[in-house]
Amino acid sequence: MRISKSPWLLHYDGSSCNGCDIEVLATTAPRFDIERFGIINTGNPRHADIFLCTGGVNSQNQDVVRQIYDQMPDPKVVLACGICACDGGIFKDCYNILGGTDTVIPVDVYVPGCAVRPEALIDGVVKALKILDEKNEKMKRGEYRSLTSSEYAAKINGDVKEAGDSEGEEKTDA
Amino acid sequence: MAAKRSVIPFGPQHPVLPEPIHIDLITEDEKVVEAVPSIGFVHRGLEQLVTKKDFGEMVYVAERICGICSFGHGYGYVKTIEHIMGIEPTDRARYIRTLLFELSRMHSHILWLGLMADAFGFESLFMETWRLREKILDMLESATGGRVIFSIIRIGGLRKDVPDDILKGFIPELEKVVEGIKSCEKVFLSDPAVLSRLKGVGYLSKEDAINLGCEGPFLRASGVDWDNRMRGYAAYPSVDFDIITSNDGDSYARCYVRIQEIYQSAAIIRQCIEKMPQEGIYVPIKGFPNGEHMTVIEQPRGGACYYVQASGKKFIERMRVRTPTFANIPALVKTLQGCDVSDVPILVVTIDPCISCTER
Amino acid sequence: MLENLEVIGLIGLLNKVKEIKNEDYRIMQICSTKIDEEYELLYTFGREYEIKHLKTTIRYGEHVPSISDIFPSAFLYENEMHDLFGIAIDGINHDYKGNLYRTAVEAPFAGSEA
Repeated sequence: MRISKSPWLLHYDGSSCNGCDIEVLATTAPRFDIERFGIINTGNPRHADIFLCTGGVNSQNQDVVRQIYDQMPDPKVVLACGICACDGGIFKDCYNILGGTDTVIPVDVYVPGCAVRPEALIDGVVKALKILDEKNEKMKRGEYRSLTSSEYAAKINGDVKEAGDSEGEEKTDA
Repeated sequence: MAAKRSVIPFGPQHPVLPEPIHIDLITEDEKVVEAVPSIGFVHRGLEQLVTKKDFGEMVYVAERICGICSFGHGYGYVKTIEHIMGIEPTDRARYIRTLLFELSRMHSHILWLGLMADAFGFESLFMETWRLREKILDMLESATGGRVIFSIIRIGGLRKDVPDDILKGFIPELEKVVEGIKSCEKVFLSDPAVLSRLKGVGYLSKEDAINLGCEGPFLRASGVDWDNRMRGYAAYPSVDFDIITSNDGDSYARCYVRIQEIYQSAAIIRQCIEKMPQEGIYVPIKGFPNGEHMTVIEQPRGGACYYVQASGKKFIERMRVRTPTFANIPALVKTLQGCDVSDVPILVVTIDPCISCTER
Repeated sequence: MLENLEVIGLIGLLNKVKEIKNEDYRIMQICSTKIDEEYELLYTFGREYEIKHLKTTIRYGEHVPSISDIFPSAFLYENEMHDLFGIAIDGINHDYKGNLYRTAVEAPFAGSEA
């Protein structure tokens, strides 16, 4: 696959147990070395292209997740890392968990696993790169703009999930 | 002219933090005069799951309190239930649990070394420590099948046995890890640039460490020789180890204590493998737990209390976990007072904060 | 089945805690449990490897005095208890006023009347 740019990652721990977070970090470390794709783990949302969100969303951090998402420049891709970020996982029944990442922001790639394995994460990021390129192409033609978190909220509140909710949604089979 | 007071918010999303914690730093010029922590970003409310998952399933939930000290949490909960039900695990189960616990401690401490290196801006040292950590994860994976969450422990013993030849294979691997850490140690403990960031930063006196309820390496770095492993659970009474302390009470001392504990854990694992008893990893359990008990164990980050109240039903009444980071926060606030703003990230990292433990 | 457990009334709590403080214990944890129509508060203190428990029972809506004057680091446990169980605690040295945990459900562990 041709990679057209060196995307930067941003990682935020929603309300995960840490397992996925350290796996995200381990993915950048020498064994799995996602940095060989020219990817850098950044701390600043305004520099980031790919948002790795781990853990479910709770009432206290939902605004943080929304804010980080809105601060990222277009085009952007969101990865839900781990089963908690996909749908709440083992904590789904907890009173304080609203659900997966897609309850507050649109998610492009779902990477399941408890904890998510670095191999699966790399696979997810490579899928995200493809989506990023597609979005970039569409943006150049002026056909695409990603939803802001408030538009997304209106959309999911208005009509419950339709098929192909966010552009190019894909699942990895890890 | 009097210094101007301003409030600097730190976190929840911050480059040095893998996890979200928020601290309001009240500063006068460059000095922090007060720090007000607020937590709750990772609060899931998993203690409430006791009403939805039975006492056996709660082991999985307990393991997912935290992904770094996962084995310890599973162990703490299981040990409490076993005490209530009067179950004595077999010798082999006790030894394998100890071994896995110490492997977890090694991976946690090495992980911390990496985060510390990252906090003072030494990226290649971060990479080197995390490369070493992968060896530990390989061992854990070959023993349990998981890299982070193992789910090998269950009430009454273990879910599966770890064959002796796999265990024997750990010894040369550990040797390599210890060698690697020794070469990193030179940088952490004697490189002048690193020392300038650690020496004398964030001093905590022995009295404060005790009174503020500190736990773990944070406590021992202030010269207090308390280690909950001395309470004698699992196979700890049968292995030889000393409590590692330092009297300096600063960030350097915390680094020193954790590095020494890595060697100590390797030594404990070696002893466990040599003395490994044969046969039997599981004792069948009957009935449901009835009663209450509190267990205190030594997690990588310090003492953790597990309290369970059960009333002879399938679902227990209450599970409460007091994690070490929760106990360390008051002392962190104390060390932050009077430090430079530029040292805040280092100080936050020196307590080895585990936020998802803290907030559950 | 807890070792070194002492069950006391709410009135004697502060004095007892002061006594324990004078014996050089430190606070290890405070925990509450909902039992039928009451809350059970469990205070745990530790001195080296010794552990001491104090247990007291309160009704819904009853106020509990804070021990944070005696053990300053108790404030986190007390705020936690207030936020999760809705137990009113008077005179905490750092009172977060319900903002330590901002949960989706107010006082999620609380009983029906709270």
